[in-house]
Amino acid sequence: MTVSRPWQLGLRVVGLAYLALLLFVPVALIFYRTFEHGLGAVWESITTPAAIHAFQLTLEVTLIAVPLNTLFGIVMAIALARGRWRGKGLVNALIDLPFAVSPIVIGLSLVLVYGVHGWLGGALTDAGIQVIFSVPGIVLATIFVSLPFVVREVTPVLKEIGDDQEQAAATLGAGAWTTFRRITLPSIRWGVAYGVVLSVARCIGEFGAVSVVSGKISGQTETLTLLVEKRFSNFDIAGAYAASALLALIALATLLAMTAIKPRREEGDA
Amino acid sequence: MISVTGVTKRFGDYVALDDVSLEVPDGSLTALLGPSGSGKSTLLRIIGGLESPDHGSVVIHGEDQTSVAPQRRGIGFVFQHYAAFKHMTVRDNVAFGLTVRKRPKAEIASRVDELLEIVGLAGYQKRYPSQLSGGQRQRMALARALAVEPKVLLLDEPFGALDAKVRADLREWLRKLHDEVNVTTLLVTHDQEEAMSIADQIAVMDHSRIEQVGSPRELYDEPATPFVMRFLGPVTRLGQQLVRPHDIALSHDALPGSSEAQVARVVHLGFEVRAELELGDGEEVAVQLPRNEADELELAPGDIVHVRSTALPRAGAPGGGTDEEPALSA
Repeated sequence: MTVSRPWQLGLRVVGLAYLALLLFVPVALIFYRTFEHGLGAVWESITTPAAIHAFQLTLEVTLIAVPLNTLFGIVMAIALARGRWRGKGLVNALIDLPFAVSPIVIGLSLVLVYGVHGWLGGALTDAGIQVIFSVPGIVLATIFVSLPFVVREVTPVLKEIGDDQEQAAATLGAGAWTTFRRITLPSIRWGVAYGVVLSVARCIGEFGAVSVVSGKISGQTETLTLLVEKRFSNFDIAGAYAASALLALIALATLLAMTAIKPRREEGDA
Repeated sequence: MISVTGVTKRFGDYVALDDVSLEVPDGSLTALLGPSGSGKSTLLRIIGGLESPDHGSVVIHGEDQTSVAPQRRGIGFVFQHYAAFKHMTVRDNVAFGLTVRKRPKAEIASRVDELLEIVGLAGYQKRYPSQLSGGQRQRMALARALAVEPKVLLLDEPFGALDAKVRADLREWLRKLHDEVNVTTLLVTHDQEEAMSIADQIAVMDHSRIEQVGSPRELYDEPATPFVMRFLGPVTRLGQQLVRPHDIALSHDALPGSSEAQVARVVHLGFEVRAELELGDGEEVAVQLPRNEADELELAPGDIVHVRSTALPRAGAPGGGTDEEPALSA
């Protein structure tokens, strides 16, 4: 499509203004307001016991949810890209459910299943396991919302590379596991890495579903996002900004990791 | 020897192979020749264990392999699009089958070097497939398949993705390689010239069945069906008879069995001349003759000549064959 010069400039201005107003300015302002009163105050507010615990809990939940979703994602992507089975279309559509459904609905539905009066909750309580208002609930909610990323990144890569290489490996004597480890996995590694980075970002930033199931007990079930929200509602604006800045920094780090992966990923596809 | 007996394969409602039997003699280079969709690749993949037949059996060197996994069939398989392991160097690609078998490192290294020497890729050990041309990639794939010393070598349209010049070179090269390593080879192709020029034996396939098996010469001279005759070379129709354009003689005088025709066009193809003629009844006939004969006759558009078939009448001659398929040009 060819566009005349004034139109080109106009579109650029509109595009950049849109990004600036909605993305750059708010994020920059967070950092500005955070460091407005110096580093000391910021350090103090992100090293309170509650903040440290929230940070640790967020990491812990991410470290459980991301590996599980990566494993599931790779297996499911292979089943979707290579398998011939009944109900594949339906499963394929269901994988996107966490994208389609609002996180808060996901949180509520988890309460319905695992809550004390929930479908499985009674039995679990009798067994001495508390899911809702406890860490397992947060992990479940986080797994749920970040489930599709690895599947959605890896499936198209698998389809694109085809199964020629896997068949060649089989004719050369490689069993299923050797073929996966030496042929399939190296071919999809950038797709997996990309999916993992997106999953990490989603896990760290999750608020809605976690907010419903966590119970928000400070020092116990409070994640970083919940801490930000609590401080904000308690008019601890400076504290909220500091915790937000920490979240934004982690997100930026994952984004940088993603851009570092991107060019190599394209090279791998060539 | 590879013996395929009564193999049938369906994909849903589509019958890909219909009761197919074939024998590939030890040490031969046999071509499976047919148009796309004729079932030749499916047959090759069944022999390689990449598909399993609904009925029938596959026996390789006297052992029934019908339900044996491809890993344990002792085959080498070469794919149309190379199936190069893109993340591995040429060396690691060729070594793959040997490392899977956990052979000693020194043995692998010397075997890989030897094979790369044979396929003309010595010095390319550390390259990646993306740094090779199509022809080089396919030679690497051949070395990779030969590394495990397969009992049989199966090639699925190995030169199909290459341009004409490289294809012709590699074809010659493959024939020489086959004579050197002498491994029983089955090659799938849709290119009759390719099959004719390198195979000892050709099995012509059409519509999920094998139409005829024989040496290139047998198939050309004694095609069992009109399809085989058309597929193996150019044909033209003279009266009720299907003949090769070079099996038609031209003369100025009427001879027994000849009929009158008018020259419509004369095309010089170097050594040969193709004349397009129109018979009295409006039928068109293509004739191919050596240049000196054409010069003697002084063929020119508009001339009236007499044509007759010099093809020997033969058993199973597809004289009354239907003309459904378009004639293939050389």
